[in-house]
Amino acid sequence: MGSIQLQHVNKSFGTHAVIPDASLEIKDGEFVVFVGPSGCGKSTLLRLIAGLEDTTSGQILLDGQDMTAAAPAKRQLAMVFQSYALYPHMTVAQNIGFPLKMAGMDKAAIDAKVKEAAGVLNLTSYLDRRPRNLSGGQRQRVAIGRAIVREPKAFLFDEPLSNLDAALRVNMRLEISELHHQLKTTMVYVTHDQVEAMTMADRIVVLNAGNIEQFGTPMELYRTPANRFVAGFIGSPKMNFVDGAEAAKHGAFAIGVRPEHMAVNKDSGLWRGTVGVAEHLGSDTFLHVNVDGLGLMTVRAEGEKQLHHGDVVWLTPDPSRIYRFDKDGQALAAA
Amino acid sequence: MARAATTQRKIVVTTAAWIVGLLIFFPILWTILTSFKTEGDAIAFPPSLFPPHWTLENYFEVQSRSDYFRHFVNSVVISIGSTVLALLIAVPAAWAMAFSPTPKTRDIMMWMLSTKMMPAVGVLVPIYLIFRTLGLLDNVWGLMVILMLMNLPIVVWMLYTYFKEIPVDILEAARMDGATLGKELVYVLVPMAVPGIASTMLLNVILAWNEAFWTLNLTAARAAPLTAFIASYSSPEGLFWAKLSAASTLAIAPILVLGWISQKQLVRGLTFGAVK
Amino acid sequence: MATRQTKALARAMMAPSIIVLFVWMIVPLVLTLWFSFQRYNLNYPERSGFVWFRNYYFFLTDPAFLQAIGNTLILVVGVLVITVVGGILLALLLDQPIWGQGIVRLLVIAPFFVMPTVSALVWKNMMMHPQYGIFAWISKTLGLPTVAWLTDYPLASVIIITAWEWLPFAALILLTALQSLDEDQKEASEMDGANFVNRFIYIILPHLARAITVVILIETIFLLSVFAEIYVTTQGGPGYSSTNLPFLVYVQALLNYDVGGASAGGMVAVVLANIVAIFLIRIVGRNLDA
Repeated sequence: MGSIQLQHVNKSFGTHAVIPDASLEIKDGEFVVFVGPSGCGKSTLLRLIAGLEDTTSGQILLDGQDMTAAAPAKRQLAMVFQSYALYPHMTVAQNIGFPLKMAGMDKAAIDAKVKEAAGVLNLTSYLDRRPRNLSGGQRQRVAIGRAIVREPKAFLFDEPLSNLDAALRVNMRLEISELHHQLKTTMVYVTHDQVEAMTMADRIVVLNAGNIEQFGTPMELYRTPANRFVAGFIGSPKMNFVDGAEAAKHGAFAIGVRPEHMAVNKDSGLWRGTVGVAEHLGSDTFLHVNVDGLGLMTVRAEGEKQLHHGDVVWLTPDPSRIYRFDKDGQALAAA
Repeated sequence: MARAATTQRKIVVTTAAWIVGLLIFFPILWTILTSFKTEGDAIAFPPSLFPPHWTLENYFEVQSRSDYFRHFVNSVVISIGSTVLALLIAVPAAWAMAFSPTPKTRDIMMWMLSTKMMPAVGVLVPIYLIFRTLGLLDNVWGLMVILMLMNLPIVVWMLYTYFKEIPVDILEAARMDGATLGKELVYVLVPMAVPGIASTMLLNVILAWNEAFWTLNLTAARAAPLTAFIASYSSPEGLFWAKLSAASTLAIAPILVLGWISQKQLVRGLTFGAVK
Repeated sequence: MATRQTKALARAMMAPSIIVLFVWMIVPLVLTLWFSFQRYNLNYPERSGFVWFRNYYFFLTDPAFLQAIGNTLILVVGVLVITVVGGILLALLLDQPIWGQGIVRLLVIAPFFVMPTVSALVWKNMMMHPQYGIFAWISKTLGLPTVAWLTDYPLASVIIITAWEWLPFAALILLTALQSLDEDQKEASEMDGANFVNRFIYIILPHLARAITVVILIETIFLLSVFAEIYVTTQGGPGYSSTNLPFLVYVQALLNYDVGGASAGGMVAVVLANIVAIFLIRIVGRNLDA
């Protein structure tokens, strides 16, 4: 079991509220991702759950029990740090076994558990090495191993992949997702990368300036963003926003169109523009088009489309996929 | 083409560096070689670089004439004793400042450093009088305390810079892993801090071993460490250069080896972490 | 709650160091200040009393004092110039690819580990001795008149000995700083067409600036209190020609037993050192944040 509830949690340093008022309910077995730009309070929120920071006010419940004042060790949570935080003077086996040793488990049982975890994580042949002799990906797996052996109620991940190179990051993303399917334990994962959030999460919490902007499944956030911030943050490349007269035609202060929801035509369409940079990825082509009177827009076209710098194109947004926002950036119901 | 030029250049640079290195090292080399000469050969003219008649006699003479070993023991006791004393009170302080810093920590560190700037002559008179009153003149324990106080700021600073490098993440990980404060200390903190403590200790032993202001002014025959003992050779009667060289070689050899081992930490310690 | 406990614990852990240092710094200093206003000579205990600034007056108007101040400054500046310039050159040399670099490095830093009394004696007897010293041998071999270093050039001799002790320190620190210079930056400047002199002036020297400052300030602290080198070699003489401030205070206190006068001299030394210390503390403090 591993449900996590936050009730009106507030965290302030002096008069500055990092987390003004957060309430949240994470179900047992869920994979929840906290995502937001740097400084949005997502790591602080995770550390509050871990018990590494004290809450200023509000409650944190684990499995329905109030754990607000409990020490980190008493919460039965495991954490994987961005820096991995491996013990440099211990071998891989000792690192993984450390929490069990702290729990007073006997040596034989620790060995068995460590072997099992090492098997799952492909670390068996590295058990006697020290962290400094491991690659980044291997260190990451040791950190995960240290977390899984103690069978915690929930795993907390603090930007675990940001120190890895791009290819390895994709791999580890898959491994962590696979691990979640195997273990079915609650996971809370912090990242600033919306791709990680979209691909891994059961549900995503979008944070901005310490406030929870929206909490929902990846597709809910993609299809019905609650506000302009979420709309702009989720989805890659970013949604294009237009305000002024063009938005007023749709009865809104601002409208947004995703790059993948626009048709590109060389002869006719709604908006006329000139191609600036064309990024040919093979599967897709991203066109950065300077639209007359509206500014720069990003459009996704099919991969083999032969369009180049300086070409004149016409863009036509899919009318059913135009998002409308009011003056405060809140989403308006579909027209 | 470029390769040939590089090799040629390397030969020139290597030659120059070795010549300069040997010139700088020469007085030490000369002392070591002279210690194996007879007194006659030591002042022979023209001098010969290597002893014409190798002898160990000087080393035995130094011991039998002046009880060299006693001064050596004094040096060991004073330098190691003052270092251990300093570590005992500096480790907790550096620890607290590195891991639970307050806005005042910085000022305290700066103030500690400023005590190191005080010239010894500024306090020579009262310390001398206090020691005289307490009967601590020519006393190993008194000197140990003075040297501990002399080096305490450097010790705190060095330890602080080492402790600062232990990532907070690791301490948090240990807490998440269920370690109590005691276990955290035994299994995580101490093993990670040992290298820093060891190199601090090494540097401090070197500094204490070579300290020559207080040792000259506060000791006489009984408690004199090697610094003061060697100074007694400066009296003009007789030219016992081979014996002087033997005594000097014995006095500098252990610390030269320690110094060579710790040269990396030395920079850091002596510049208070300003140059690493 | 937990944080408050930690704070109390932290305070308790710091207390011994702070108290000990505070006592060590304040008590003797206050005593020195007190003595410096007293008529107090161990040879004449019956003559005592508060004399205000008389000790300062005598000390500061003593011709020996002016000479000692001059010698102190010449000693500090002389050694600084030799060690910093020599240190930069040595560091540049040792930073090149060399066969046996590690060994050369050990040879160069060795003098720093030699205790001051030993280096002073070795130089006095075996290098500078007018009859049996190496320098005398070199002069004779070249057919030049021999020089009685310690009697004819006492201050210069002390400067040479002290510079030999401190050159390794400067070289080692500057070399460490030099090695932290980004290889890319050197290569970029080479690509930009800078020759060695240009690279030295525009890239290397600015990079070394901080290390040089640190070397100068730390050496100054130690050089202001050079003692053993003088004690062993010239005993401040002939006359006062190689007496510096610490040696003068030592003579007043432990040879003339003039506690009051020595204390006044000690206070002057403290003031001098503090002027340097202010700068040093600022620089180190700035690095503390980085």
